[in-house]
Amino acid sequence: MNLAAAHPGFLSPSGVEIAFLLVGLVTLGAALVTVTTRQLVHAALWLVVALGGLAVEYLLLTAEFIAWVQVLIYVGSVVVLLLFGLMLTKAPIGRSPDADSGNRPVALTVALAAAAALVWVVVDAFRTTWIDLDGPAQGTTGVTGEILFKHWVLPFEALSVLLLAALVGAIVLSRKQDAAADATPRHTGGTTRPRTGPGTGPAAGPKGGAR
Amino acid sequence: MTDVLDVALRLLVVLAVFLVLPLVVGQTEHKVMAHMQGRLGPMYAGGFHGWAQLVADGVKFAQKEDVVPKDADRRVFQLAPAVALLPYLIVLVAIPIGPGEGAVGQVVDAGIFFVLAVMGIGVLGSLMAGWASANKFSLLGALRTAAQLLAYELPMLLAAASVAMAAGTVSLPGILNAFEWWWLPWQIVGAIVFFVAGLAELQRPPFDMPVADSEIIFGAYTEYTGLRFALFLLAEYAGIVVLCGLTTVLFLGGWHGPLGADGLGWVWTLLKTAVLAFVVIWLRVTYPRLREDQLQKLAWTTLVPLALAQIALTGIVKVAIQ
Repeated sequence: MNLAAAHPGFLSPSGVEIAFLLVGLVTLGAALVTVTTRQLVHAALWLVVALGGLAVEYLLLTAEFIAWVQVLIYVGSVVVLLLFGLMLTKAPIGRSPDADSGNRPVALTVALAAAAALVWVVVDAFRTTWIDLDGPAQGTTGVTGEILFKHWVLPFEALSVLLLAALVGAIVLSRKQDAAADATPRHTGGTTRPRTGPGTGPAAGPKGGAR
Repeated sequence: MTDVLDVALRLLVVLAVFLVLPLVVGQTEHKVMAHMQGRLGPMYAGGFHGWAQLVADGVKFAQKEDVVPKDADRRVFQLAPAVALLPYLIVLVAIPIGPGEGAVGQVVDAGIFFVLAVMGIGVLGSLMAGWASANKFSLLGALRTAAQLLAYELPMLLAAASVAMAAGTVSLPGILNAFEWWWLPWQIVGAIVFFVAGLAELQRPPFDMPVADSEIIFGAYTEYTGLRFALFLLAEYAGIVVLCGLTTVLFLGGWHGPLGADGLGWVWTLLKTAVLAFVVIWLRVTYPRLREDQLQKLAWTTLVPLALAQIALTGIVKVAIQ
């Protein structure tokens, strides 16, 4: 039986497909606001919406495991780290006039090129592939784990080593700074104190930026 | 049609549990704390031992004016309580309280990941509240919240991963089906790490540096009044229910018990959850607040190595018994 003929086609979309499209539009909108808003913390919060929208898309594609990992890592950790960094340095309420840079056209070009390349590659790779819906859904935890540890063990382990190297590198970098700070306290003290000091640095942020 | 009815009924039950259990925990905290400190606690509201105290509190909160500070970021400020509270409601859907399909709101395939991921979102509410308040104390509180979350999320995940390894599944009902009584001593270190890290994530005493009321005036919630403040409080108690329920399911065998395995499974779950909630209250009365550096030190130098050791132990035993 011809699988393509059995497929309902694009003209009579199912509920899931409509939901996928709508969530995709919301995600795209949130992403656009993220990069265009002048309010730094709002950008981070819109990023939460965009990443959450992506997780919902994964869910609609039956990739449940990936969806929850997306929420756990990106929304739960990366954005919190981002917000932490923003609050630690500069978190003004209201618009920041210097939030924009002159790189806007270049960034737009790169983004469009990356999106075009991704769409082209995915369409080209999976144009004739149909997902077999019999048996356990692709993307459930069991199936994902099996594929990961049977077929993709080597890349997986290589990535682990890469992350470990990054971790060790970060520790080495921070230790060096400590040693330098001990050796010449007056020099580095001036640059690092306002960031780590509990008093004036972070607390002055919102008051200074508030209208 | 029956499917829709079934789903609606389950969600209604979950909502009822979500609205009732945190209040029960709150009232228990009033009374237990009072008796541990040689007081009586609320005695008048409702007549019998002040059982309606929290209802009266709720009415009081609802009557208060909802104030938004002039310099605050209005929308984020108003949205924050919902972001803090809703994740716990969503998590509650996935926690099984008895054997079989009937005793869980919705079976989630990757249950552990779902639960931990959604719980992590709740902290965003505190961050939003702290930033949007345009208040030094609030911002400090939010900063401490973020630092605490980053430190304690890792040991919590590692401890949960240990159970998932032992059971060979990440589904919460699946873990309970695989549970044997000797998992209790086997996973005890992981259980303690998970519980302590969860307490820290909820910012309960002794890990309440981010909301320390005597020094930074309740941290991120300084500027909140009325119903929105009550929602933050409710989120804290809902968090206690969720954390105790999760610890019960992951480490204490959930609905498994010495007797009455079939019909009375849910009683065991509720009983274990209640005992853990009592421990949470007990810890609040017993220990002084940890300083910020002590908090970080406990997470990175004690809990993370302990969790890693637990994972190694789990792996060794798992390979040995196969």
